[in-house]
Amino acid sequence: MAFISLCIAAMLLLGIVGTTRSWLSRAHEVVHGGMALVCGGAALAVLLRLAAGGTEVDVLVLPIGLPWLNASLRLDALSAVFLLAVNLGGCLAAVFGWSYARHEAEPARVLPFFPLFLAGMNLVLVADDAFVFLMAWEFMSLSSWLLVLASHREAETRRAAYVYLVMASFGTACLLLAFGILAGEAGGYGFDAIRAHPPGAVSASFAALLVLLGAGSKAGLVPLHVWLPLAHPAAPSHISALMSGVMTKVAIYGLIRFLFDLVGEPLWWWGGVLAVVGAVTAVVGVLYALMQDDVKKLLAYSTVENIGVIVIGLGLALVFKASGVPALAALAMTAAMLHVLNHALFKCILFFGAGAVLTATGERDLDRLGGLIHRMPATALFCLVGAAAISALPPLNGFVAEWMLFQAVLNGPLLEQWELKIGFAVIGALLALSTALAAACFVRFYGIAFLGRARSPQAEQAREVDTVMLSAIAVPAVLCAVIGVLPKLAISMIEPANRLTTGEGMFDAGGHGGWVWLAPASAFGNSYSGFMMFMTILILTTLAVFMIHRYASNRVRRSIPWACGFTDPAPLGQYSASSFAQPLRRVFADQIFGAREVVDMPAPGETRPARFTLEMRDPAWDRLFTPVVRLVGWVADRVDNLQFLTIRQYLSMMFFALVVLLVMVAVSQ
Amino acid sequence: MPGIHYDIAHMLGAVVLLLSFALLYQRRLFAIIQAFAAQSMVLAAAAAWQGYIQDAPHLYITALLALSMKAIAIPVALHRVIDRLNIRRTVDTALGVGPTMIAGVSLVTLSILLVLPVTADVTALTREDLALALSVVLLGLLTMITRRNAIGQVVGFMSLENGLILAAIGVEGMPLIVEMLVAFAVMVAFIIFGIFFFHIRERFDTLDLHNLESFRGERR
Repeated sequence: MAFISLCIAAMLLLGIVGTTRSWLSRAHEVVHGGMALVCGGAALAVLLRLAAGGTEVDVLVLPIGLPWLNASLRLDALSAVFLLAVNLGGCLAAVFGWSYARHEAEPARVLPFFPLFLAGMNLVLVADDAFVFLMAWEFMSLSSWLLVLASHREAETRRAAYVYLVMASFGTACLLLAFGILAGEAGGYGFDAIRAHPPGAVSASFAALLVLLGAGSKAGLVPLHVWLPLAHPAAPSHISALMSGVMTKVAIYGLIRFLFDLVGEPLWWWGGVLAVVGAVTAVVGVLYALMQDDVKKLLAYSTVENIGVIVIGLGLALVFKASGVPALAALAMTAAMLHVLNHALFKCILFFGAGAVLTATGERDLDRLGGLIHRMPATALFCLVGAAAISALPPLNGFVAEWMLFQAVLNGPLLEQWELKIGFAVIGALLALSTALAAACFVRFYGIAFLGRARSPQAEQAREVDTVMLSAIAVPAVLCAVIGVLPKLAISMIEPANRLTTGEGMFDAGGHGGWVWLAPASAFGNSYSGFMMFMTILILTTLAVFMIHRYASNRVRRSIPWACGFTDPAPLGQYSASSFAQPLRRVFADQIFGAREVVDMPAPGETRPARFTLEMRDPAWDRLFTPVVRLVGWVADRVDNLQFLTIRQYLSMMFFALVVLLVMVAVSQ
Repeated sequence: MPGIHYDIAHMLGAVVLLLSFALLYQRRLFAIIQAFAAQSMVLAAAAAWQGYIQDAPHLYITALLALSMKAIAIPVALHRVIDRLNIRRTVDTALGVGPTMIAGVSLVTLSILLVLPVTADVTALTREDLALALSVVLLGLLTMITRRNAIGQVVGFMSLENGLILAAIGVEGMPLIVEMLVAFAVMVAFIIFGIFFFHIRERFDTLDLHNLESFRGERR
């Protein structure tokens, strides 16, 4: 605990160093190098702690804070898991940023806030009273808002920052109210006091709803996700990775801390709501991702999908916990938390990869990339690992988490409520759909960006990025593979957090199969071994390669690519990002997104090119936010009339307000 | 003796309230000022009586202030304003007598309903006094909003302040400084109002606020 606090203090200090570029010419190196060390140290500390069992709880009360409430910090197993994800991501981002930030136009706009952002996130995770929690939450929001504003000269960035600020304020307001309800009339804002006096069912449900709105807006649950695809691409790539891979996880932490720890006994329908919201978020998020041409927007939407998957896991865990099946709750919880770690890893890979591509080509548009596997082989390899992992392909880590989640879904029929029996089947189907679509999405991403031939001169002249950046991409790629092959390493780290939140560890068939087999539901039947899968793939691939080279041809041949009968092999004749997405878009998205295609075909003899334009709208804007904005405007117009009252009308207003209040007092007596 | 103490104090408070009602439905400016002067005079008597029964000499100062300023100085000044502006015969339209009385009586009922349960554990004198004082305050507000003429509104404001004084003298142990401050606030307000009267008059040839409103572009 003391070490983590020191780390947070060091981050705050580095934030101050970051503002002093004028007199400290090497502030850039100091900040990024320092952050890499501090975050790496913090991550290592919690890793060792979790590896050693991690059930102990450290409390630290700082002599600062509100006059009657000292700031109290607490480090338990749940915090530790999330601290690991945050600081690992922070360390990688710092290493990546060391080299990447050289390409920044205005580094002074990033340097001070990068350490502060991480400090805020760390502080949220160790907060032990509502005051520290909200302060840290707001600190995190504001510093990331400033990071989004880094390239503030573009109008689009300013809009993104504005939307982000509004959503962040909304979320904090919801959390504030939720804490108010939890604190109750006694006003105990320490988490211990809240745990000791859980609210009644009605107010607890209300608080849970507020938390879902508050943390959900930060995590990017549909329909509160609209800020995410705007804000994440606007920030520099390593910051995008942090916001997308790490900050959304802090929001998930908020959900878990509230729903599983603070509000006392959960009600089963909270879990149902959570799972349904998660399922909708997953499917909608991945559909959006599938349509995007902007690499970073695609990744941002993919984050929405992954958050959906995690929230499904939380919802299932809550349902099982409330129904008195803690072992299955632990299974779903393990899946969710493993996905938290996984997503932090592969989102770092992919955003760093996007950043590397951006530095090499200056392009974010998929249709202007292509063929990068020849120019940037190392980046391409690591991105392939990331894309395969996020598509949940075995033997990588993404598969393990989703497999466990499906195990939890398949146990749905054990529950009593018929709503849940049916609901679990639907949620399972949506989960499967989103997983499949995610695979399609990343085939498209990888195929268009890295394979084929260059679609623009920039892509043709791309150069591999330097070793510092590459190492920041390589480390999470290796970790993805390690967790995928030996999932029990990661699961044993999550185990204590599991016991804390669901009251029980995941069912594990003891010695059955030992450390290579994962059998979370029962000793027989469903079990999975990443290691065996890895060995099988390895042996079969080696065999196939050997057979091909032995019996077919020993040489690599290059020939003119097949271009559907056309002889002109122009790169633009290749399959494009839009053409890849079109069939899926027509099946799933035309209705949902109101997609409209306009083909402008020149008449025979005209020399202008045919044009295809695609318009898509986000229904969340049309159905939710635009009406809300209009309503606010309407109310403001009405209230505006108050400015033009006469003196007597003002006096009357005060008088009648006073009389109404007095009548209320008289009646309430 | 305590019986008659209470009765006299109660009666003086009730007369203050009664004069509030009188203030409420007067239609001529002159009569409004007379009613206000009478109310202030009774208030001074109430303060003196309270000073006697509570054995609090400082209340005599309050009584003196109320008598000299609110019963004599301010009404005289207002009369001079009226004379100089030559609006002695002006009628200040209030609500009709019937509705005004109904509204006033409802407000008195409301204040009694409010004050009596809240102050269950203090002396009967204070309870009655607070209820009366709250009624006077509410009626003063009502007077302000039913007047069109600036002088009517000012008198309503002063009468509201009489209610505050009435509350202050009824509570034992209220320091003199509170009443002094209220009195001086009213003095300052009166001076400012006076300056405004002449400015409004200078611009619009009337004290009817209706014209002011149309000038500000409010009557759209």
